[in-house]
Amino acid sequence: MYRALRLEPEKCTGCLQCEMACSYENEGVFVPAKSRIKVFTFHHEGRFAPYTCTQCDEAWCMHACPVEAIVLDEATGAKLVHEETCVGCKVCTIACPFGTVNYNRDSGKVVKCDLCGGDPWCAKACPTGAITFVEEDAAGMDRMRAWAQQGIVGLASGAKTNAPRDKGETLPTYLEA
Amino acid sequence: MAWARKLLRVNLTDGTVSSEPLNMAWADQYLGQRGLASKYLVEEIDPRCDALGSDNKLIMATGPLTGTMASTGGRYSVITKSPLTGTIACSNSGGFIGAELKAAGWDMIIFEGRSPKPVYLYVENDQAQLLPANDLWGQSVWETDRLLHSKHQDPALRIACVGRAAEQGALICGVINDLHRAAGRSGVGTVMASKHLKAVAVRGTKGVGNLKDPIRFLKETEYRKRVLQQNAVTGQGLPTYGTQVLMNVINEMGALPTRNMREVKFEGAGNISGEAMHENRPGDGRPNLTTNAACFGCTIACGRISTVDQGHFSVKNKPKYWGSSGGLEYEAAWALGTDTGVDDLDAITYVNFLCNEDGLDPISFGATVAAAMELFKDGVITTEQTGGIDLQFGGAQALVTMAELTCRGEGFGRDLGLGSRKLCEKYGRPELSMTVKGQEFPAYDPRGIQGMGLTYATSNRGACHLRSYTVASEVLGIPVKTDPLVTEGKAELVKAFQDATAAVDSSGLCVFTTFGWSMEDIAPQIDAACEGDWSVDKLLEVGERVWNLERDFNLRAGLSAADDTLPKRLLTEPANTGPAQGRVADLGKMLPEYYQLRGWTADGELTQDTRTRLGL
Amino acid sequence: MHHVIIGAGPAGVVAAETLRKIDPGCRVTLVGDEPEPPYSRMAIPYLLVGNIAEPGSYLRKTTDHYARKEIGVLQDRVVSVDTQSKVLTLEKGRTLSYDKLLLACGSTPVRPPIAGIDLPGVVNCWTLDDARAIIERAKAGSDVVLVGAGFIGCIILEALAERGVNLTVLEMGDRMVPRMMNHAAGDMLKRWCESKGVTVHTDTRVERIDDQGGRLVVSASGGRTLPCDLVISAAGVKPNTDFLAGSGIQIDQGVLVDDYLRTNLEDIYAAGDVAQGRDFSTGQFSVQAIQPTAADHARVAAVNMAGGSLRHIGSINMNVLATLGLISTSFGLWDGVGGGDSVELSDSKNFRYIQLQFDGERLVGATTLGMTDHVGVLRGLIQTRVELGVWKEKLRKDPMRLMEAYLATVQPIGYNARVA
Repeated sequence: MYRALRLEPEKCTGCLQCEMACSYENEGVFVPAKSRIKVFTFHHEGRFAPYTCTQCDEAWCMHACPVEAIVLDEATGAKLVHEETCVGCKVCTIACPFGTVNYNRDSGKVVKCDLCGGDPWCAKACPTGAITFVEEDAAGMDRMRAWAQQGIVGLASGAKTNAPRDKGETLPTYLEA
Repeated sequence: MAWARKLLRVNLTDGTVSSEPLNMAWADQYLGQRGLASKYLVEEIDPRCDALGSDNKLIMATGPLTGTMASTGGRYSVITKSPLTGTIACSNSGGFIGAELKAAGWDMIIFEGRSPKPVYLYVENDQAQLLPANDLWGQSVWETDRLLHSKHQDPALRIACVGRAAEQGALICGVINDLHRAAGRSGVGTVMASKHLKAVAVRGTKGVGNLKDPIRFLKETEYRKRVLQQNAVTGQGLPTYGTQVLMNVINEMGALPTRNMREVKFEGAGNISGEAMHENRPGDGRPNLTTNAACFGCTIACGRISTVDQGHFSVKNKPKYWGSSGGLEYEAAWALGTDTGVDDLDAITYVNFLCNEDGLDPISFGATVAAAMELFKDGVITTEQTGGIDLQFGGAQALVTMAELTCRGEGFGRDLGLGSRKLCEKYGRPELSMTVKGQEFPAYDPRGIQGMGLTYATSNRGACHLRSYTVASEVLGIPVKTDPLVTEGKAELVKAFQDATAAVDSSGLCVFTTFGWSMEDIAPQIDAACEGDWSVDKLLEVGERVWNLERDFNLRAGLSAADDTLPKRLLTEPANTGPAQGRVADLGKMLPEYYQLRGWTADGELTQDTRTRLGL
Repeated sequence: MHHVIIGAGPAGVVAAETLRKIDPGCRVTLVGDEPEPPYSRMAIPYLLVGNIAEPGSYLRKTTDHYARKEIGVLQDRVVSVDTQSKVLTLEKGRTLSYDKLLLACGSTPVRPPIAGIDLPGVVNCWTLDDARAIIERAKAGSDVVLVGAGFIGCIILEALAERGVNLTVLEMGDRMVPRMMNHAAGDMLKRWCESKGVTVHTDTRVERIDDQGGRLVVSASGGRTLPCDLVISAAGVKPNTDFLAGSGIQIDQGVLVDDYLRTNLEDIYAAGDVAQGRDFSTGQFSVQAIQPTAADHARVAAVNMAGGSLRHIGSINMNVLATLGLISTSFGLWDGVGGGDSVELSDSKNFRYIQLQFDGERLVGATTLGMTDHVGVLRGLIQTRVELGVWKEKLRKDPMRLMEAYLATVQPIGYNARVA
């Protein structure tokens, strides 16, 4: 079974160590602006929410890519952007309804979380345990799905998001079996 | 090499911006941030200039570790000549803008001259431009922040700005960044406003790289994060209670200055302590504290995010204040609460919000209200001056009203905005001002913590706890426990702390790390990042150099050893209760020894030997 | 079971792969009429600008991809479909019989009825062959007229500008990309182009194109004449349905399909640009002609062709394009709905724009200019039809808080963070 990032906003203090770790691993510099994981601050509510790609099974970004630049890493389950193949058309950035694929103006390519090849730096850098890399079942995927169904299913009953991979083929939210 | 090696010079008079290389020879002597920016300031302005005139300059400076993964590596400082004290001022802040400025590729920004019209500086990586701020002038910090985010349609923009109080000329104003972090002390915000510079908005996507030895840097910083985590103060006390962990502790010691320092214990301390912030309120059943929060890169996360009970009189029908925002730190809770005798946690949290919203230094503001309350008590001022407000010690409503007036620069708020010294002078009772060199005290009574008396008296920016926090040793036993009631050895302790702190303040790190880190922990992190050889000895020498540079500026600005003193009350009126009962601040026993250790004359002047040794 | 797919674009290829995945025993044949391996038209601007070579536009990168997946690829053009006997007649004289047929034959550029539109030197920008013609003629210093400032026109502007041509854009509509942007955004985009040295004439109709001694002259409304070396016609596309005339397959704007991507005839499906499928936002059936919809259609059609029962609830019409470096997006009902309300934030000096369209408490459409971070959540918010609750007012005050609004209302993380 794959491992997944477990994100627990109630533990996050907004220090951005994860963003620095991510950007250093991927860009070679400390630059939160180019991190693939982002901490969102809810100032009025006094909350912080770390957020990144959940490596969804039937990945929207992967299916939308016209040139096969986003592919499955069989070893980790991550969806990887092949920089040399990506032409920079940005279709994946609008296709991903989670908003976790971003266009990097400097490189002219898109970037997304790649789980650092199976040893994510964000989880290692988090000082409070708000980001951990755990067995997928423990990553709260079921909880996420339950919530997603409350939030999403208004019309599309039976829809699923981010369902665990071992449940077989899962469908985008606007499809139903 | 950790430094961006580039500074931005902004001439407000001409409306021009230019880039220039950082003086790396100076960086080797002064490291960065407080030290390096002080060097630039000292070289570029006349120490006798009018702090609010166009000849003064204002520098926003980062350190070499700002914007890196080192824990707490997000600090920046505002350096200028203070209008409150006439000394050099350096106010340090966390939040996120320091790291953003560094990520945009700048070590510091030097503002010079004065703009004919309100402007703000917009920095996007290499591009910097002065833009009109007519629509921002007259707006609070919070509104300015909102308007700039909206105007630039960039939620990631980091903003530092001044509030209405500074525009109105109040001398106790800070520069607020990221809504509720503050370069708070010594009136640095007033200087910014005097230049018609409303805000600095920064977006940096270049990042910080090119470390001397990145692999070693990651290793050194990772290990030191674990040290902080395992330390009782930085790993538990500060995250749980923030600096407010101290309210009950200092009160028990009989070193909690109360009601304008007339007393040393506060009967209401428990109601406004860090512990109290965790308790559910009777009104809405929620605690004052929403969460703790970190500044950029900080693995301690001492910051408080709080709410005020929506039913509390201070925020009734004011939904703007119903959400979470920056809550009370110890010094603010003390100044707004203990020093004024107010033990209403909601009221002082609301006033703290107002201080953030309009850029008041809560320490100076609270202490000035405390002085005004004593003037009122003594009948020197009456409701005639206060606009009908019954300014009694302990009056929460009075405190709230005074804060609202001071933020807007209205009524008696204009007097309060002058700070305690000018207020007490104005009403003919200068001895009631609890200040050194014109700056208000923070929350440690030197009668009960003797080292803090010397700290306040010799601080280069007027009374301040953050220049040598001997509380660490005298109360918490860091690095070794010393007796708070004795004076022996304190001169040495103060000098050592002053030098070490000056070095830390020049690095980009937060001085709170020193609860868990010694200089042996800090030096390797700097050394791994910065070119050159950064040993503990070299850092302490940098610290000592910075201290003497600041001192020299102050002497040339017209200050002298006569200013290295404490208010008469602390020197002559003994503590009325507690462990320090019967004691006064024994400054006279420490000061000559301190001068000697500093290599200064008995008149507090730098000797030629000292100058030569430090390369000044 | 023989599945035949007409069209080797993204819809055809995704359908073929999906069929192979869920029905390993079936036979799959892709019929495409272009000589190259299946490629993406979306990559053509990057080919024009020189970022990639032709193979960079191929949908699949390994040469034996189709052979390995046992997907037959036939280069030929389908001339007619005999739906009774289930046989296709191909241009090269062959026939091909099928059990199930997928029409994924895409669209072709509209050739506006203008005198001279067929002159040499007037090209489309649709196929790799077109791209080669443009590369050949759009030399530095040459004069180029681009007819149409729609989606395709805008996306190739940068490539043309970078080739150093003198570029004039003529658009019939009253603004740029009128089918994707309102006046505010379209006008901002026009100013952007002009600030980059590209001349844009809106409200301008091409009247005729003449060959005057080897040089083209474009005559446009308002008495404007533009001598040039190359005319690129980018006047939009229309579904490829001509060859279906008489087949009995029901055609409206495109091939009409139901919620299972079935046409009116048994065993015939349609997907992609040619299909008139359900629009998520309107509930109506329309042709979208965008990449993500093609992929959606293909997956649903393939599952149903293989005997599954997958219902298509509708695709969101959305676009992203970079025009001379300015990135814009549009989602769903960007023009709003009756009785709805909206919020708009515009920084015309810095070319930043966002507008959100609400129907009650739900987001139904959006447009952005100059924004690249987390734009996908606009789709997320629209597609989940989430009731925004308190976040609607927050968005009305500051639309830039959309990521917070999304996390708070859609994602469990928002629930866990207690900000919902």
